[in-house]
Amino acid sequence: MINKLLQGLFKHIDSFLMGCLLFTMLVGLFVLYSASGQSLERVTAQLINMTVAMTVLWLASNIQPQLLERIAPPLYLLGIVLLLAVEIFGHISHGAQRWLDLGVIKIQPSELMRIAVPMMLAWFFARRESNPRITDFLIAAVLLLIPVALIMKQPDLGTALLICASGFFVIFLAGLSWKFIIGSAALLGALTPLFWSMLHDYQRRRIEILIDPTQDPLGAGYHTIQATIALGSGGTTGKGWLNGTQSQLDFLPERTTDFIFAVFGEEFGMAGNLILLVLFSLIIARGLMIASQAKSTFTRLLAGSITLTFFTYCFVNVGMVSGILPVVGVPLPLISYGGTSMVTLLLGFGILMSIQTHKKLVAAG
Amino acid sequence: MKSSSRELKNYQNELHNFKLRLGVLGMLVLVAFSVLAFRFYFLQVNRYDYYQTLAESNRISIVPITPNRGLITDKNGVVLAHNFFVYTLEITPSKIENLDATIAQIKQLVEVSPLDLKRFKKQKAESRTFESIPLRTHLNEVEAAKFAVNRFRFPGVELKSRLFRHYPLGKQGAHMVGYIGRINDKDLAKLSEKKVLSNYKGTDHIGKSGVEEYYEAQLHGTTGFQQVEIDADGKAVRVLSSVAPISGSNLVLSADSKLQEIAETAFGERRGALVAIKPSTGEVLAFVSMPTFDSNLFVDGIDVENWKQLNESLDKPLINRPLRGVYPPGSTFKPFTALAGLEAGKRKPPYSISDAGYFILPNSRHRYRDWKPGGHGNVDMRRAITISCDTFFYGLAVELGIERLTNFVRHFGFGLKSGIDIAGEVGGLLPTPEWKRRRFKQPWYVGETVIVGIGQGYTLTTPMQLAQATAILANKGVAMRPRLVASVVDAKTLVSTPTAAVVSDRITLDKANLEIVNLGMIDVTLPGGTAASVGANAGYSIAAKTGTAQVIGIKQNEKYNEKLINERHRDHALFVAFAPAEDPQIALAVIVENGGHGGSAAGPIARKVMDYYLLGKLPEAEIPKLATAATAPIKPDATAGNVINAPEEEHYD
Repeated sequence: MINKLLQGLFKHIDSFLMGCLLFTMLVGLFVLYSASGQSLERVTAQLINMTVAMTVLWLASNIQPQLLERIAPPLYLLGIVLLLAVEIFGHISHGAQRWLDLGVIKIQPSELMRIAVPMMLAWFFARRESNPRITDFLIAAVLLLIPVALIMKQPDLGTALLICASGFFVIFLAGLSWKFIIGSAALLGALTPLFWSMLHDYQRRRIEILIDPTQDPLGAGYHTIQATIALGSGGTTGKGWLNGTQSQLDFLPERTTDFIFAVFGEEFGMAGNLILLVLFSLIIARGLMIASQAKSTFTRLLAGSITLTFFTYCFVNVGMVSGILPVVGVPLPLISYGGTSMVTLLLGFGILMSIQTHKKLVAAG
Repeated sequence: MKSSSRELKNYQNELHNFKLRLGVLGMLVLVAFSVLAFRFYFLQVNRYDYYQTLAESNRISIVPITPNRGLITDKNGVVLAHNFFVYTLEITPSKIENLDATIAQIKQLVEVSPLDLKRFKKQKAESRTFESIPLRTHLNEVEAAKFAVNRFRFPGVELKSRLFRHYPLGKQGAHMVGYIGRINDKDLAKLSEKKVLSNYKGTDHIGKSGVEEYYEAQLHGTTGFQQVEIDADGKAVRVLSSVAPISGSNLVLSADSKLQEIAETAFGERRGALVAIKPSTGEVLAFVSMPTFDSNLFVDGIDVENWKQLNESLDKPLINRPLRGVYPPGSTFKPFTALAGLEAGKRKPPYSISDAGYFILPNSRHRYRDWKPGGHGNVDMRRAITISCDTFFYGLAVELGIERLTNFVRHFGFGLKSGIDIAGEVGGLLPTPEWKRRRFKQPWYVGETVIVGIGQGYTLTTPMQLAQATAILANKGVAMRPRLVASVVDAKTLVSTPTAAVVSDRITLDKANLEIVNLGMIDVTLPGGTAASVGANAGYSIAAKTGTAQVIGIKQNEKYNEKLINERHRDHALFVAFAPAEDPQIALAVIVENGGHGGSAAGPIARKVMDYYLLGKLPEAEIPKLATAATAPIKPDATAGNVINAPEEEHYD
């Protein structure tokens, strides 16, 4: 009886993926404990975030992919409306307009778009009866760039880039011709100066500092310099849990959120870093496998995009902390402190699990 | 291309394409993660040593900028403590291999006295971290220039310009202003307890006594910080950002340095203390402890010779006499006994006694003698104060009882700390039966009550307490907490915040009773009183009381002979007064140690202070000893007849 109930409860949970996620999140809690200056309060708060996110994952895994496909366009439209609302009535928070204050709760429409954009694009390509034409790709590009532009205007460079990536993955997987990719890459190179002029000062500065962090070691470059010192001084096996001097002595900024990887790398060294990369790789590999086994165009594209967006998160954050990518506000998935990103992330994984476990129904239908 | 694009989807083909592209992206993941892995290898293995070093001495160093310590001025703006820049030659011992050789080389350029060397070695032993320690201070321009030219020869030796504390008036008011000194372990512990240790980064000195100590928090200011990039040697390459320090607040004392000078000069070579208070506000107008010392000696660590001289001197110049010197109040206590009696409904005029020159307790044969053999004849309350009749107060004290007497006078601050804004004050002693039981495990004897009535016995007061009691009397029972600092001035905005006048007690007193005591005290400085000379030609009325405190006991039937007694065993002279009597502007207490009689030794000092404060009159150059002898019609009111050894000085903490 109980067995049956449990079976029913976890019917749509992918055990391998779930195992990897839980293990990584557990590692995250340990790092957070160290990074927060051994604050159990922080860890508890994060545990609550995780519980909420896990509930969302469970709910998402139980939703049939067909339903997801159906709600994709209205969800996308809702996201656009909310983004515009932020633009108009936006509540100023952290110097950037990202939140929409509804009195009871504050919502961040850009987080919604992280899922809504790939869903919308996957829906769009799934509806094409013929092989997608160039015009289809152009429409898809417009569908992608509207929210990206709105989010960049907030300005939230990190989220904009990630949504851009998630959309690109859908378009690429949908079969965008190689010629076009190479052609637009060349065009992009030519348009870079224009793009440069559109950036906010602080965004430009971030890129400049990336090239030469010593330019502003106390301001913009400080993050990068301190983070690389933390990582480098960690050595092969690290300084040990709770023993990171850089992390514990307040040198590292934002060390529970965007720069938490520096704490991890300092305390667990290269060995720890590689293990974390392996964990991420396992999650990505499982995601790609789910994508390749998916039965419909929509689920295939969506699963691929979700998985590769997760990869982008990992790569951009670790790359930024280790000083090879610009400092954009991207948290380290599953590890960084924060509720919103955790929920969005696990919502994605819930959808992945739904796609994997609802295959038979799709096949039957 | 065009025709193929219109074809229906080939699902097999599409799936194949999808998987291919998925594979491509999978490869991308592998490549990207490999890049990260190589980056880890580069940072954590290849350049490990480099980052390890950086982590240990992080490239960003924070250098504190010490704030300017606030100034201390008197009420007219005369500077009592300020800062000025001096060149110092400082050595960082950790950076030098052969310290002795370096010092020998420095000696060829700049004079280094054995005293400097001693101080340097002492500070080196005590230094907190890898600090630089001054070898020579106060270099003149020539010396500074000489060293500057040869600087390259001395790595680890630096010519610095440091702010030094200086007390322009030196010895004057030293006990009041206090001094600063180098921070020691005890100070560090205190600072860390108060959680202000970080504000003392870069600060070497801290207030050690007087106002400098009490108002440390206001005077010190807030330390600023400079973030500098440092090279591998730890040298600052450039300043990245800085937060300016906030200077400490300036303090304005309520004292007048001229008044202080007049008072100190009036003491001459004699030892003693004077405290003058404005009764209506509690502001301290003069705060004298004689002999005094030069505060400047302590600023940079006092040398052994000077320390020995000060510390071992029989005159004890380092003792803050107004706050820590305890003396029996003697007859200056009588106005308070009198008021206690009047308030209790005893001895109201026309009550009078016929004084035969002694007092005997019932069922006893012991004679408590009056200072005047043969007695004063018919004496009422007012006259008892004026002529300081012992017999009158013996009887009154017994009738009041020790509890009632002490409970009343405690409101005037006897036995209690006044709460003045300097640390280290002692509370004196107001004896009670309970205290005696605790202290000696003995019961209280009525005979002891007898002598408490005239300020003898166990009773001990500080000059501060006497002045405060007098001020409370002058202020008709309203006790204002005494304070030295009148206002705190923000160094930047120059906004002056007056310190609060605090009413510490409000005694309900019958006006008629106060009047009797006041009249008795006014008569003291009029012809026929014990300090008639003090009031002569004053031009304002003075309410006063003289007193004498015994240093050694006089046995029954023995006579006190001033001339035969060693100078240090002579009685202390006491004098309390307030003036003008009808509208008191100043209340004071004076003690001249071993001065003999209060009226003649301490009174003239008080008069000079009052003359200047009330009339702006400067004292005449000659010492008015002659005048005292000529106009004093009444003999000293030495209170004799009991065998009590009053300690010259005791400390109760």
